[in-house]
Amino acid sequence: MSPLFISDAELDRLRRSAAEPDLAGSRYELRGQLGRGGMATVYRAWDAVLDREVALKVLDLPEADPALAARLLREARVLAQLEHPGIVPVHDAGELPDGRAYCAMKRVEGSRLDDAARELTRTERLRLFLRICDAVAFAHSRGILHRDLKPENVMVGSFGEVLVLDWGLARIVADLPAPVPGNARDELEERNERELTRHGAVLGTPAYMPPEQSSGVVSAVDQRSDVFALGGILQFLLTDAPPSAGAEVRIDGSKALAAACSKARALSPDERYPSARELAGDIERFLDGRPLTAYRESLFERGARLFERYQTATLLVLAYLFVRTLLLLFARQ
Amino acid sequence: MNKAWMGLVLGGILGIFDGLTAWFTPAVRPFIVGIVIGSTFKGLIAGVLTGWFARRVNSLAWGLAFGLGIGLLLAYLVAAMPSATGEHYYWQIMLPGAIVGLIVGYATQRFGQQSADRSSRQPA
Repeated sequence: MSPLFISDAELDRLRRSAAEPDLAGSRYELRGQLGRGGMATVYRAWDAVLDREVALKVLDLPEADPALAARLLREARVLAQLEHPGIVPVHDAGELPDGRAYCAMKRVEGSRLDDAARELTRTERLRLFLRICDAVAFAHSRGILHRDLKPENVMVGSFGEVLVLDWGLARIVADLPAPVPGNARDELEERNERELTRHGAVLGTPAYMPPEQSSGVVSAVDQRSDVFALGGILQFLLTDAPPSAGAEVRIDGSKALAAACSKARALSPDERYPSARELAGDIERFLDGRPLTAYRESLFERGARLFERYQTATLLVLAYLFVRTLLLLFARQ
Repeated sequence: MNKAWMGLVLGGILGIFDGLTAWFTPAVRPFIVGIVIGSTFKGLIAGVLTGWFARRVNSLAWGLAFGLGIGLLLAYLVAAMPSATGEHYYWQIMLPGAIVGLIVGYATQRFGQQSADRSSRQPA
C-alpha cells in the first residue's frame, strides 16, 4: 500500500476547517473570519432568523477551560447592560452545538482606530476621542469599567461612528449605580474577578495600563484607571505612537494638549482627571479655543489663543481701524 | 443676551465710536454732537436689524452679507445728505460703515442667544 501524501496547503485547509465552529443546527451561517484574539475568533456570520450579518465571537476550542466560556458569556452580559451608540451591541450569546461558547454582536464595518486615525486631521481625531470618552463615561455611569481601552479596541465605522469593543476584561463596580440588581451584580462580579485573576495574571495592555492595574490590586482600579487608558489613546492620536510609561509627553504645537495627556496619565489616580467626562471637557475646551483646566497658560499664549479664537472679529476690528487711519491721513493731506 | 439686544448694544457702541472719530477731521469738528447722535442712531438701527436677521438665519456668511448690506445702505443714506459745508463724505462714511456692519453681522452670528421661544421648541 502506497503512503498517503498531503500537501502543506491541503493540511492547512484541513486544520482551518477543523478549527471552524460547527454552526449546524444554529441560526447562524459562517461567512468568513474577521479577526482572532487570544482565546476566541471573531467570524462574519449570517443570522438566518433576523436576516442580517453579525459578528460571531466563538471560543477557539470546544473543550476549552470553562472559565473562558464563562468569561465570554460575562462579556455578553456586560455589553447587554450598555445600550449606547458608542458601544457595540450584543444580540445573542450561548453555546454552539459543538460545545463552544459564542456571543453574537453587531457587525461593525470600518477600521480600527489606529488605522482610521492615519487619514484624519488633529481636530477630527479629537472629535473621535470625545465620542470614545462619551461611551466610556456612559459605561462608568452604569457602574462598568472597561480596563482594556486601547486604539485596537475602538472601531471607527464608515460613517464616522465610534464603537468601543472588547469588554472581556470589564469590571462591574459595586459603588457606582448599576442596572444589574445588587445580588446578581455581586455574584457576577465575584465570579468574574475569580475567573479573570485566578492564575495571578495581570490583565490588560501594558502601554495603556495604569500602575494600580499592573500591580494587580483589583480593588484599587476605578474609573480613573480607564481615564489613564484614555490618556494613552489621546496621546496615540496626537503623536501616532503608543504611549511609553514615565516618558514626558511631547505634542507638536500644543503644550495644552500635552498637559491634558500628562494629567490623564498621571501615575497617581488622585492627580488624574476624576472622570472620563472631565477629560472630555478639557478636550472640548481645547476645540472651542478655551483654556484647559490641566494647563496654566502664559500671557502670550492666552493672547495667541484668543486671537485664534476670535480671528475674524479681530481682523474686522483691525480693518476698521486701518480704514479709519487711512481716511484720516487722506483728510489731512 | 439675545442676538437682537446684542446687535442693538454693539451697533450703538460702535456707532458712538464711529461718530467720535469725526473729531479728527477739523472741518466737521464743530458739528460733532450731531454726527455722534446720527452715527449712534445709525448703529442702533443696523445693530437691531442684523440681530433680528441672526435670530432667523443661522449662517456666518449670510450674517456678514446682511451686516455689510445694512451698514452700506444706512451709511449711504447718511452720506447722501449734504453736510453743513455742502460737501458729501461718501468714502469717509460708507467705508467704515460697511466694516461696522460686518463686525455687527459677525458678532450677532457667533455670539448671543437665540430667542427663548425658538430654542425651546421641540419637535412633536
